[in-house]
Amino acid sequence: MNAGSPPALELVEVHKRFGATPIVRGVSLAVAPGERHALIGPNGAGKSTLFNVISGRFAPTQGSIRLHGREIAGARAYEINRLGLSRSFQVTNIFPRLSVFENVRCSVLWSLGHRYDWRHPVDRLPDVRERTERTLEQIRMTSRRDAPAGVLTYAEQRALEIGITIASGADVILLDEPTAGMSRSEADNAVELVRTVSQDRTLLIVEHDMSVVFGLADRISVLVYGRIVATDTPQRIRANADVQTAYLGVTAHA
Amino acid sequence: MTDAGVAAPSLGGRTTHAHGARDRRVWLAVAVLVVVLPHAPGLTTDFGRSLLTQMGIAIVFALSYNVLFGETGLLSFGHAVYFGLGGYAAIHCMRAINHGLPLPMPFVPLAGAAGGLVCGLAFGALTTRRAGTIFALISLGVGELVYAATFLLPGLFGGEEGITASRTRALALPGLDLGSQLQVYYVVAAWALVSAAAMRAFTRTPVGRLCNAVRDNPERVQFVGYDPQRIRFIAFAVAGLFAGVAGGLHALNYEIVAADAVGAQRSGSVLVMAYMGGTGSFAGPVVGAIVLTWLETSLSAYTSAWLLYVGLIFIAIILFAPAGLWGIVAMHAPILHTRALRRVLARYAVALLPGAIMVAGAAALIEMSYRLSTQRELGSVVKLGPLALDASTPVPWIAGAAMLVGGLVLLRISARFVAVAWQAATLEARGGGAP
Amino acid sequence: MLELATISLLNGIVYGLLLFMLSSGLTLIFSMMGVLNFAHASLFMLGAYCSWQLGRWVGFWPAILLAPLLCGLIGAAIERYGLRRVHGRGHVAEILFTFGLAYIIEEVVTMIWGRNAVANGVPSAIDFPLFTVFGTQFPAYKGLMMAISVAMFVFLYLMLQRTRIGLVIRGALTHPRMVAALGHDVPGVFVLVFAIGSALAGLAGVIGGFMLLTQPTLAHVVGPIVFVIVVLGGLGSLAGALIASMLIGILQTFAVAIDYSLLDALRALGIAVTRGSPWYDVAAIKVATAAPMIPYLLLVLMLIVRPRGLLGTRDA
Repeated sequence: MNAGSPPALELVEVHKRFGATPIVRGVSLAVAPGERHALIGPNGAGKSTLFNVISGRFAPTQGSIRLHGREIAGARAYEINRLGLSRSFQVTNIFPRLSVFENVRCSVLWSLGHRYDWRHPVDRLPDVRERTERTLEQIRMTSRRDAPAGVLTYAEQRALEIGITIASGADVILLDEPTAGMSRSEADNAVELVRTVSQDRTLLIVEHDMSVVFGLADRISVLVYGRIVATDTPQRIRANADVQTAYLGVTAHA
Repeated sequence: MTDAGVAAPSLGGRTTHAHGARDRRVWLAVAVLVVVLPHAPGLTTDFGRSLLTQMGIAIVFALSYNVLFGETGLLSFGHAVYFGLGGYAAIHCMRAINHGLPLPMPFVPLAGAAGGLVCGLAFGALTTRRAGTIFALISLGVGELVYAATFLLPGLFGGEEGITASRTRALALPGLDLGSQLQVYYVVAAWALVSAAAMRAFTRTPVGRLCNAVRDNPERVQFVGYDPQRIRFIAFAVAGLFAGVAGGLHALNYEIVAADAVGAQRSGSVLVMAYMGGTGSFAGPVVGAIVLTWLETSLSAYTSAWLLYVGLIFIAIILFAPAGLWGIVAMHAPILHTRALRRVLARYAVALLPGAIMVAGAAALIEMSYRLSTQRELGSVVKLGPLALDASTPVPWIAGAAMLVGGLVLLRISARFVAVAWQAATLEARGGGAP
Repeated sequence: MLELATISLLNGIVYGLLLFMLSSGLTLIFSMMGVLNFAHASLFMLGAYCSWQLGRWVGFWPAILLAPLLCGLIGAAIERYGLRRVHGRGHVAEILFTFGLAYIIEEVVTMIWGRNAVANGVPSAIDFPLFTVFGTQFPAYKGLMMAISVAMFVFLYLMLQRTRIGLVIRGALTHPRMVAALGHDVPGVFVLVFAIGSALAGLAGVIGGFMLLTQPTLAHVVGPIVFVIVVLGGLGSLAGALIASMLIGILQTFAVAIDYSLLDALRALGIAVTRGSPWYDVAAIKVATAAPMIPYLLLVLMLIVRPRGLLGTRDA
């Protein structure tokens, strides 16, 4: 983690309102390059909405979002992705009729510069095949490469979801509850995967599982009712009284 | 690269090279078949060759439709626009050739392609902004618009009578004057092979693969860096181009293009073709085009109810076999090498009898009704195969209804036995496969 | 001039309300079930045929009640035994099913009543002049049609916005399992909605049948316009469908009365276009002959300017 260099992802007073209902009410956050940053908070706090705003699914009502210093607030989702930010989804969002291999391959195409190529057979592009196979190895799905994504088990689909997210080589990754709905052992595997793939990347992860969060994150931000109430290292967050109140509703004793 | 011992049915489990080699064999076999067909017994007449020619044109048209529907998930009710406008471009090109343009006749479908492409680009820019239901409705509206417009510009579209040209009044190419149906067939077949190969190659390119991704999940496509609208637009242009080729072949074959070429009936027909054959595979629309063309030409000669039969088959496929006719064939691939296959086939034979009874009963009722309501002048006796049914007497009606209901009941029972045999076969294919 | 304008306006309103009558049932089914019923115009046609046939047996007034009822029952059967199997496979499969159904209904109608138009004229019970405008009589059946059309609008509006059933159905549209878990019979509700939509189509057919020609191609003739109205008005919007219907009705009626072309306009300005020029054909088109294109031109225009439609609420 490079503490001194400009933030990889920076949010300044970001607001998001749906109609008259404010969901994100002024979030400011700076994630350093290479940092693993977790976003926690009670249900309904606006974590997924925040992800949607950062990744371009929605435009923010107000505020600035900068990726490596470049303003991306309001940009289209595919433009943001091309600039090096990639996200996964809480509800698995894959291509069900394509095979696992093809799912991942879709993600590598733009980043390798192939754009809207209509003239070359994709099977004959060695860089595409190599990057796809490497990603499959990383997510340990090589043995399932030809299975249609729709028939995979839940945990396999979550792994594929991560695979699609990282395959493009984006250096800022947003993972939305990657271990949601998993058993203990499945979650452990997923966390190991996340740890490996975020090695040289900047990671912003939403999680509910505290053991995952405390084991993985360099810093944690706590989001409550659309505002960040605390950003700090895991130990200090754990001891923070406001956080305890927000989660448990009572003042905890030390 | 599948795990040893996991005998799950896989999609395209072969390596790239094996895929390519098998593909080449298939294309070679098809090419040979295409060359040999017009000399096969039964097809050496002008009628037979004309039928083959129509099938060739339909194949190109149906494949172009599937670029939109099967590949990219865009349901269009107005695809005939690009077929027809390409056809009009081609027929004007033919006229120009008749008046001295030094272009060999067999190249006329290029004009069709150009017409289809230009219109695809123009309308595509407007209509691919939306997908799904709205796209379908828009395609319907554009189809009606173009159809109405053809009657307003007689210079360009010839109104009701259409535009005609001659395919023989041209530069004489040695041996290829397009005077005989056989020659027309070979030109159409050559274009069909080239077009099919080109569309197949398109599906294999990065854009082609992304079309599939857009079909499956257009939202996710944005998050891997692609604009789904742009991809739909490209697919639309490609589909328009090849529909235009089909239109050009149509112009060449019939030497006339009229408003029906852009009409709703033709749009509906290509949709039925593609869906009936199966939109989930490349071969599906080909099968559908062949079958529907055959039904349109042959069945219509026997009965005036043929459109109803087509409609019933279509509905049956939607309800019971959404993967289409080819899908039904392809679904047997995993159980081809099992011993249980024999039992499945035997159960099919058992189900065939009640099925035939049901169909015969329905056909009797339908034919008699049609005769009484549309062709009273031919009398009340309808010939169904070897039987003569007098529609003015109650007996054939009662018998027909009984056969329909009885056959249906027995069919449902035997369908259950077929399902049981299938389950056993599938289990065998999955569990007991070779190492 | 005033005479022409008034009569055209009146006729335009009549035509517009007829179009609305046609598309109201479609809007109901679409906004409540998300299904675009391609067979809607076919059920309209069935209503026309059934009311004619029933009218010959039991008279006009019983027929006007029985025909929509019959269409409603047929609609219920379609949903219960056919469409229900297809709901889980997405909207495209549903549209295709209703598309196939439209084919079949047209052929069944041919099978029963033949290819030629049946003599479905205005029933004598309502064939008297209601009032006279500028010397032209305004017949009672047009008045009846307008009354029915307005009644349909009010009925649907109340049903969609005010009733509990409307609320339940709108919930079931996006969260069918949750609504079912709350104890509502979602499949049953779908059958009811489809039946009502079909009955409305049938009712429109009763009136439309003698205002238009009752023949097997009737569905083909009115079907596309109805879909244009639904898109123009904005999918799922009842008021939008009404406005779009009136717009098309009035514009088309006025256009048909204009027997001039761009050529005539240019000539009046002193500009002559020579016969050989490529624009001659286009300029020579009389507005009256181009009138059938108006709904589709509006569609394309709407797509460029405002793809959601006039009052669109739901996205497909």
